[in-house]
Amino acid sequence: MQKSMDTRITLIEPSKGWAALNLRDLWIYRELILFMTWRDLKVRYKQTLLGASWAVLQPFLTMVVFSIFFGNLAKIPSDGVPYPIFSYTALIPWTLFSKALHDASRSLVASSHMITKVYFPRMILPLASVLAGVVDFFIAFVVLIGMMIFYHISPTTNVWTLPLFLILALITAIGVGLWLSALNVLYRDINYVLPFLTQFWMFLTPIAYPSSMIPQRFQMLYALNPMTGVVEGFRWALLGSGQAPGTMTLVSSVVAVILLVTGMVYFRRMERQFSDMV
Amino acid sequence: MTLTAIRVENIGKQYRLGQLVTSYRTLRETIEERIKIGKPEEGKEKSLPNSIWALRNVSFDVHQGQVLGVVGRNGAGKSTLLKILSRVTEPTEGRAEIHGRVGSLLEVGTGFHPELTGRENIFLNGAILGMHKTEIDSKFDEIVNFAEVEQFIDTPVKRYSSGMYLRLAFAVAAHLEPEILVVDEVLAVGDAEFQRKCLGKMSDVAKQGRTVMFVSHNMSAILRLTEETLVIDRGQLLLRAPTQEAVDFYLSRGLTQEGQRQWLADEIPANSAPFKPVAVRLKDKKGHVIDAARSTEDFYIEFEYALAKAIKGLRVGIYLITARGEFVFTSFDTDETEAFNTFDQRTAGKYVSKVKIPANLLNSGRFVVGVNASSYRIRTYFHDEQALAFNIDASGAPGTHWPEPRMGPVRPALKWEIKTIDYAN
Repeated sequence: MQKSMDTRITLIEPSKGWAALNLRDLWIYRELILFMTWRDLKVRYKQTLLGASWAVLQPFLTMVVFSIFFGNLAKIPSDGVPYPIFSYTALIPWTLFSKALHDASRSLVASSHMITKVYFPRMILPLASVLAGVVDFFIAFVVLIGMMIFYHISPTTNVWTLPLFLILALITAIGVGLWLSALNVLYRDINYVLPFLTQFWMFLTPIAYPSSMIPQRFQMLYALNPMTGVVEGFRWALLGSGQAPGTMTLVSSVVAVILLVTGMVYFRRMERQFSDMV
Repeated sequence: MTLTAIRVENIGKQYRLGQLVTSYRTLRETIEERIKIGKPEEGKEKSLPNSIWALRNVSFDVHQGQVLGVVGRNGAGKSTLLKILSRVTEPTEGRAEIHGRVGSLLEVGTGFHPELTGRENIFLNGAILGMHKTEIDSKFDEIVNFAEVEQFIDTPVKRYSSGMYLRLAFAVAAHLEPEILVVDEVLAVGDAEFQRKCLGKMSDVAKQGRTVMFVSHNMSAILRLTEETLVIDRGQLLLRAPTQEAVDFYLSRGLTQEGQRQWLADEIPANSAPFKPVAVRLKDKKGHVIDAARSTEDFYIEFEYALAKAIKGLRVGIYLITARGEFVFTSFDTDETEAFNTFDQRTAGKYVSKVKIPANLLNSGRFVVGVNASSYRIRTYFHDEQALAFNIDASGAPGTHWPEPRMGPVRPALKWEIKTIDYAN
């Protein structure tokens, strides 16, 4: 057979130490990422009463609760923007992030039957669950546009930077998602840790309050949380409130990239055990 | 010159024993473990305590276009081998080289989602198996035809009958066109018609000059499809030989331990609890264990087992299978209504179910006894289609005054009548 001259040779060996990231395989299976994302979307709201409106209800109802308790009762300042829109702008990327963590951390365990039967780059599973959340993000975003019209707020000229902050949110979500999904295969404790983690993380992120409330000397420490950079960026680009991206955003971005790279490396290192452990 | 498709060198796979039973650890266990051991696994002696080698020192080559069979008992390491070759799991030692794209059929319908329609699942499953969208597009009609599900292609597969579901799942997998196909026991499911279709497709694949590795318990399928076969037992490669020879070797060896088969703790799957198989024995009238029976005498097959707790509706039975893998019969200990009513519930304890195989039933040759313990429509506790093998000696049986082999697995003593008809009247 002539064809066989150029066939791909696969080497199967026990991997030692830190495995290479093997992005080539991820590229070969790129269509599968889309298929899995599409499957997650398609299946997610099957047999739910409200369907895709959940994508809006979750951040919207949180916004209502926040507006009543933090905005009206606690009188937390909101940088001169109406409190509902102030918190909703932050809640959209936050919902994307927390949902991504939730779905990604369960993705491997939920697909254990596939992992034990077929080879494909396992990274596809957490990746697809994060990406499926992006659709929800856009649905929720439409409501934000409606709210901006309602409050007569026009976006700033910096609105073009918004995709960059979305990407920053995704990088963070994928990074943390890879860590959690791999850890969850080995330790199911992650299921119990996650609700606390997301809750603490939310309070460490300027969602219900502006980051200007944080004392100056803690600002850099505060920016170590990449979601701070994301939320601040969203408010700055859309509402013109808060701080313009600067050192804080840079710190957030660096941390996000570190999370992504370490997440990928850790995931690859653990990947070899998945089919035996899951 | 023949080109190599698969080269396996000293492959070994070690499992921690706990890993097979409790599949995951909690954080606390790991922390405790590390405190005890001091240091994590890095650089430690490879042979860990509490571990077993599912596969060790296995080496072989498969050249392009060859169809290679793999036989072995349950737990012999066949599936581990296929899992390593299809990259589902990593070997602990050794290396393998695969030339070309591998399609693995360790199970059909992997990744099928019940909520998605047949059409959607074809695309999803195809992508999981490593097909590109354009490839699936071009084969789509063929797949639907093969599966015979045209009318239901836009119905969620959760509404499919199990037969339709299987056909569709197999159809996707069968239309994958890898250079190397690795198949595990997929033919064990489905009805006879489905199996025939699958076997047909497999031999097509083989005829197209693609490399196939085929694991099966079905000796007749192995004989039909493969030229050469590997015999694997307890993680070791025992023999590689032309299929006929390998099958004979496999059937005559290891399976029989002088007319009885005992299950060691590590041979019993964890999910068989609370049922625990102990042994299957072939016995003569006097209760001696024998490895060959005479066709003209009654003999007994007994299955000893223990129940850790009471099981409702349990039935324990045997299959009798020829050396070529054809079933002769299946029989359960509660087949009779009276027994069925008395043994509705079996309490915890040790049991023996013993069945008499009457004289003048079986033809000479080699037979395999399989065992099954299940509750109808609830679950199968234990199942082993190759528990024991034995020979039947037909000397003295009806018709043996003609010393010629007779066709068929049974040689019953039947009543014939011969009359003369007088045409003169």
